[in-house]
Amino acid sequence: MSHPERLGSLGGESVGTIAEPPHVNDTLAAYAARYGLKQSAARPTLRKYIQDVWARRNFIWAFASAKNISMYTESRLGQLWQLLTPILNVAVYFLIFGVLLSGRGAIPDYLPFLVTGVFMFGFTQRSITSGSKSVGTNLSLIRALHFPRATLPLAIAVVELQQLLLSLVVLLAIVVCFGEPFTLNMLLFVPVLMLQLMFNIGASLVVARIGAFNRDITQLLPFIMRTWLYLSGVIFSLPSLMKPGSKLSHHPWAAELLKANPGYVYVELSRNALLGKYRHHVQGLNLEATSQMWLYGVAWAVIALVGGFLYFYRAEERYGRG
Amino acid sequence: MADTKVRDAVRIDPNREPIVVVDDLHIIYRVFGAGGKGNAASAFSRILRRESRPSMTEVHAIKGLSFVVYRGEAVGIIGTNGSGKSTLLKAIAGLLPPHSGGVYTDGQPSLLGVNAALMKDLTGERNIVLGCLAMGMSPQETRAKYKEIVDFAGLKEGFIQYPMRTYSSGMGARLRFAIAAAKTHDVLLIDEALATGDAKFKVKSKRRIEELRREAGAVFLVAHQLDVVKETCDRVIWIDEGRMHMDGEPNEVIAAYTAATGK
Repeated sequence: MSHPERLGSLGGESVGTIAEPPHVNDTLAAYAARYGLKQSAARPTLRKYIQDVWARRNFIWAFASAKNISMYTESRLGQLWQLLTPILNVAVYFLIFGVLLSGRGAIPDYLPFLVTGVFMFGFTQRSITSGSKSVGTNLSLIRALHFPRATLPLAIAVVELQQLLLSLVVLLAIVVCFGEPFTLNMLLFVPVLMLQLMFNIGASLVVARIGAFNRDITQLLPFIMRTWLYLSGVIFSLPSLMKPGSKLSHHPWAAELLKANPGYVYVELSRNALLGKYRHHVQGLNLEATSQMWLYGVAWAVIALVGGFLYFYRAEERYGRG
Repeated sequence: MADTKVRDAVRIDPNREPIVVVDDLHIIYRVFGAGGKGNAASAFSRILRRESRPSMTEVHAIKGLSFVVYRGEAVGIIGTNGSGKSTLLKAIAGLLPPHSGGVYTDGQPSLLGVNAALMKDLTGERNIVLGCLAMGMSPQETRAKYKEIVDFAGLKEGFIQYPMRTYSSGMGARLRFAIAAAKTHDVLLIDEALATGDAKFKVKSKRRIEELRREAGAVFLVAHQLDVVKETCDRVIWIDEGRMHMDGEPNEVIAAYTAATGK
């Protein structure tokens, strides 16, 4: 047997032992470093982290599909709810704003306008609300296995994308029913969707980190989202509110602020792409430049995705603790 | 007391390669308990008085542990309830931040706890696929391992198609162990996960732990059944109130532990 070399590190703070000098701990730490051992609670480098997330792309997709399947297993209608939920949502808004309050006066074809708004805004809204819970509801998974935690909010965004793609079937059916002709302009909807997806991923990464350490946010978010919904012109047309002589036209800064709002930008870009009559109506008002909206759309997508990823990554080693 | 042997210093064997180094580890965690009156008015007055949270208590769970574990070791950790065994495993896995000191490991340790249900609403089948993908396997590897995992877990016919929430605790633990053991881990931490298995499963899991050790990893096992520890481990650490009590040969430590606890 070899003679074990001794490193004095005390077994505790028990009575009668002399407080150990700090360099003693250094030796044990140095010994660990000599063999290339790393702090188990350390966060990987950003480069390594991105590689890890990319390597888990199959996990993200499989996790999202599994979530989608398990979501309605307890209800009798099952997966049908994926289509029924958006249809019922539209019906409620149409009854209140389309029929009772007759807000449709100014806008041609109010129903497709409303449906586009509700679906596209709902895409962002649900990504954020479920993103805020993505760490908290998967604690058992986080504590059981090691994987980059950013895959959870990413999977949530994919879940919502999968749900939206089903809702889009309803949306396209309504658009066609209202006699909207198929034009090349409709193809612009694809890049809009991509940009919005990027924004959603970024936003859900941000709220995922906040929600992981502060559960109060999940109580607060529904109110924030509802306020945001009204500010984004989902059920009424913001350009119509900005007409010369209206209240908003006296406060140009407020109008500019509303136009920069990402919720509004993505909803309005989708409408521009899908609804020809609405596009002509808004162009007639001459209030918003489409190029400016695209600029906002790209800027929000990039800022949210990059910023959200970095923000989430910086707390990576702390998720699932306590 | 028999503890003087180890309490003074950590011996390092220069001929062996360490895989886990625990360096004067202290763990203090906060518990937010059900405290206060629990109504809105008391919560409001608490915020006004700038108190942080109701009945927050600090628990000093690990009080300066130091030891070195080498490649190929299977270490059993024993101690009475509340002695800090599970906390230690969580700290090694990197799930609890050290208050002071540190844990150094080679590779990423994986903790397999008794409560680590994966996704209880999903079928066993999907849990296997998701678990493997989360551990970083490719879809091809997952398909290749799938049969092996199902056989290892030894679930009753058809259960693999049921949601995991319908599983008995023994079945769930077996499936979780089978998933986690499908991959070669540098450090595998097992927290009471084998306690619920039957005799047949214990034999299988013991064999798998042997394999994992031969693949140049280390295995930590927390268990209350001393016979399991004696059979599986080649080293036993006895923790008492967050401090090292004894570290050595399984037979020796377990004999001392049995004598002390009066079993």
